[in-house]
Amino acid sequence: MSSVKSRRTIAVAVARKDLSIEWNSRILTNQVAPFAAIVMVMFAFALDNEGILQRVAPGLMWLATLFSMLIVVQRSFTVESADGALDALRVAGVDTGAIFVGKSLALMVQLFVLEILLLATAVVLYGVEMTAVGLLEAFVTMVVATAGLGCVGTLYGGLAAGAKGRETLLPLLLLPVVAPVLIGATRATEAAFGSGGTAVSEGWPWIGLLAVFAVIFAVAGTVAFGPLVDE
Amino acid sequence: MTPNSGTGTSATRRLGVLVIVLVISLALFGLQFSAEDVVQGSTVRIMYVHVPSIWTAYIAFFLTAVCSGVYLSRRQRSLAWDRVAGASAEIGVLFVAVSLVTGSLWGRLTWGTYWVWDARLTSTAFLFITYVGYLAVRRLDGTHRQRARRSSVMALLAVLEIPLVHFSVNLWRSLHQDASVADPNAKVKLDGLMLFSLFLGLVTFTLLFVWLVLHRQRTMLLEDSFADRGLDVAIAERRNEAGVQ
Repeated sequence: MSSVKSRRTIAVAVARKDLSIEWNSRILTNQVAPFAAIVMVMFAFALDNEGILQRVAPGLMWLATLFSMLIVVQRSFTVESADGALDALRVAGVDTGAIFVGKSLALMVQLFVLEILLLATAVVLYGVEMTAVGLLEAFVTMVVATAGLGCVGTLYGGLAAGAKGRETLLPLLLLPVVAPVLIGATRATEAAFGSGGTAVSEGWPWIGLLAVFAVIFAVAGTVAFGPLVDE
Repeated sequence: MTPNSGTGTSATRRLGVLVIVLVISLALFGLQFSAEDVVQGSTVRIMYVHVPSIWTAYIAFFLTAVCSGVYLSRRQRSLAWDRVAGASAEIGVLFVAVSLVTGSLWGRLTWGTYWVWDARLTSTAFLFITYVGYLAVRRLDGTHRQRARRSSVMALLAVLEIPLVHFSVNLWRSLHQDASVADPNAKVKLDGLMLFSLFLGLVTFTLLFVWLVLHRQRTMLLEDSFADRGLDVAIAERRNEAGVQ
């Protein structure tokens, strides 16, 4: 039953399920996105200077992404543990690797939507300007960084799922792991925005780092997710 | 093990005495016998604690990873491996904390600041936080087996994560002085007695670590069996009270 094709079917089904739950509940659009936007506004209050804001816009954008991600991951597994849904999937003999891929995909889609919004916020509120190549680079950065974040988020979210005090545990586990993404994505986005006179070409090596991160955690997650959620 | 025997054996007691002797001699060598540094003066003496403690922390986390791997790979999963992994990580966290504190004090004296955003310092801070997280995972609810499996996977993920963080922080920036003893190209710059004191520190801290792990994993065994048997004992007592057999 665990042929490649059936795994893919399961992964897509799990991703569709998660996304349709999100679509119906509108939590992402009604709560998480406004939260991300208000974080960006609060950053502007804290760093009350347009020059500084323009300079640090990439870092703020990715910090806001990481904070919002904590909420989205939390939510992704509340849905599973609330009615014992994850247990039901496992009882049905569904391959845990496929569940991991499915949930990661759903998480990536949600994060990507958030990042687009945050990018737009940075452009509007912080006065960021981009060239066409810069925009392409920002886009690629977002895709690759999101791939890594989706995998790591699902992996550690699965670990903290169903545990008492997971709301406080998840940030402690997740934030140190995603530090390379924050570093890589911020540098690449700085190049894309041209903040502080950075050339667009300087961003591509950082995207390489992001890609390495994504591949490592995609593989590790597929292997480790089973033992983590399997009780 | 009889109930009153504690966690010591004659072997650990001997080891303990040896560690005490070594700690005293390290203090004498570090503070008294070894010379002052030409540039740094007496502040160089922090090295005899700073370097051995981070060394011990690396050994500890390595041991945690190995024990976790063994736990997961064996068909007969023995919780003893998990307990050694946990004990080792706890003590490792303690020693990273010691090296961070001594390092920042030393930095204040030599660099003029407690903290610089240098690659090695930053990755060490991440190492610390990562294993604090590992210890938090060990405290999650669940059976001993669940704890063992979760934390073993976490320990192996940490092995994956730490080089990645280290690598990316390195790309981010680097200022820290190169390792002065381990560098094969450089001539050893420490004089004989200083080097001796440093090695004495490494030996002392390593043995101290072994002693601590032995005791800690035994207290963990006691905690586990207390948790397992505590309920049974309580039920038996209630039954006796009620006169039910």
